Amino acid sequence: MTLRPPVSEHDHAAGNADAPLTLVEYGDYQCPHCAAADPVVHAVQKAFGADLRFVFRNFPLTEMHPAAEPAAEFAEGAAVQGKFWEAHDAIFAWSRRHGPPSLGPDAFAAIATSLKLDPQQLEAAVESHRYLERIKNDFNGGIRSGVNGTPTFFINGARFDGAPTVEDLSEALTELLKS
Amino acid sequence: MSPLLPGTQAPEFSLASSPKQSVSLSAFRGRPVVLAFYPADWSPVCGDQMALYNEMLSEFAKYNAQLLGLSVDGVWCHAAFAGDRKLHFPLLADFEPKGAVARQYGVLREGDGTCERALFVIDADGVVRWSFVSPIAVNPGADGIFDALDALSGKGV
Repeated sequence: MTLRPPVSEHDHAAGNADAPLTLVEYGDYQCPHCAAADPVVHAVQKAFGADLRFVFRNFPLTEMHPAAEPAAEFAEGAAVQGKFWEAHDAIFAWSRRHGPPSLGPDAFAAIATSLKLDPQQLEAAVESHRYLERIKNDFNGGIRSGVNGTPTFFINGARFDGAPTVEDLSEALTELLKS
Repeated sequence: MSPLLPGTQAPEFSLASSPKQSVSLSAFRGRPVVLAFYPADWSPVCGDQMALYNEMLSEFAKYNAQLLGLSVDGVWCHAAFAGDRKLHFPLLADFEPKGAVARQYGVLREGDGTCERALFVIDADGVVRWSFVSPIAVNPGADGIFDALDALSGKGV
């Protein structure tokens, strides 16, 4: 199970581009486990600092989570306004606070307002499916990489099969950093 | 028990896919078939194996491949599970005699009474071209399936 499309400039990446460690997450914005994993990722990012680059790729399970794809489109729209990570975190925070089923147009509007994003541009991004191809490309790359649910993490290209906890992720990352 | 290996003719079966319908392997001659054995309906995770494959049906369609899920659960259990997860492919009930098809494919877990988490890619002539048994607790994903379908259709990876 190795990451097939390597990390590239087309990815949403945070942190040091030359970091020795790259953590890739395939996630679904309406998945409760992904929402729970978001603070875990932040804690790991804080702990590893410049040693870690984090990449998020979309893996919306659309039959199970009807708002997953619109949420991904919303985040892509926010990326164009320079606030991908703010929107990414806000969607997961909303989901943790109000429950994943509450994600939808009203939640997106509230998030847009709180992040001072242009709501009309975002609504158009979701309605027009302008970023759907990019999202589907993420998804298909995930299939070919052996994504087996959400969230699925890859560390330096190898699938991480441990629990998505700060302890397990840190242990795996530390081990790689030493080697 | 070990799974049927590539090159073996896939044993024919006819199993119920709903209370009123049954599905035979031979009905798909001329197309690849992806046979996904799994231990039980209702595994408690988000994006379990069947739900995951359900999201990939348009990708399977690109290979003209038919996906079939198979477990020892009965048709009513399958119907409830498929309805809940909005599955759009057949789940077959290897229910009576229980696990008979899984046994033929070498993936019955004796003692447990369930089948392994096992994947078979069967070509248009009904020959097993790829098989894989995952540790029971590990959802294998689909990368191996698509690699096998690529190999069948002569596509490089």
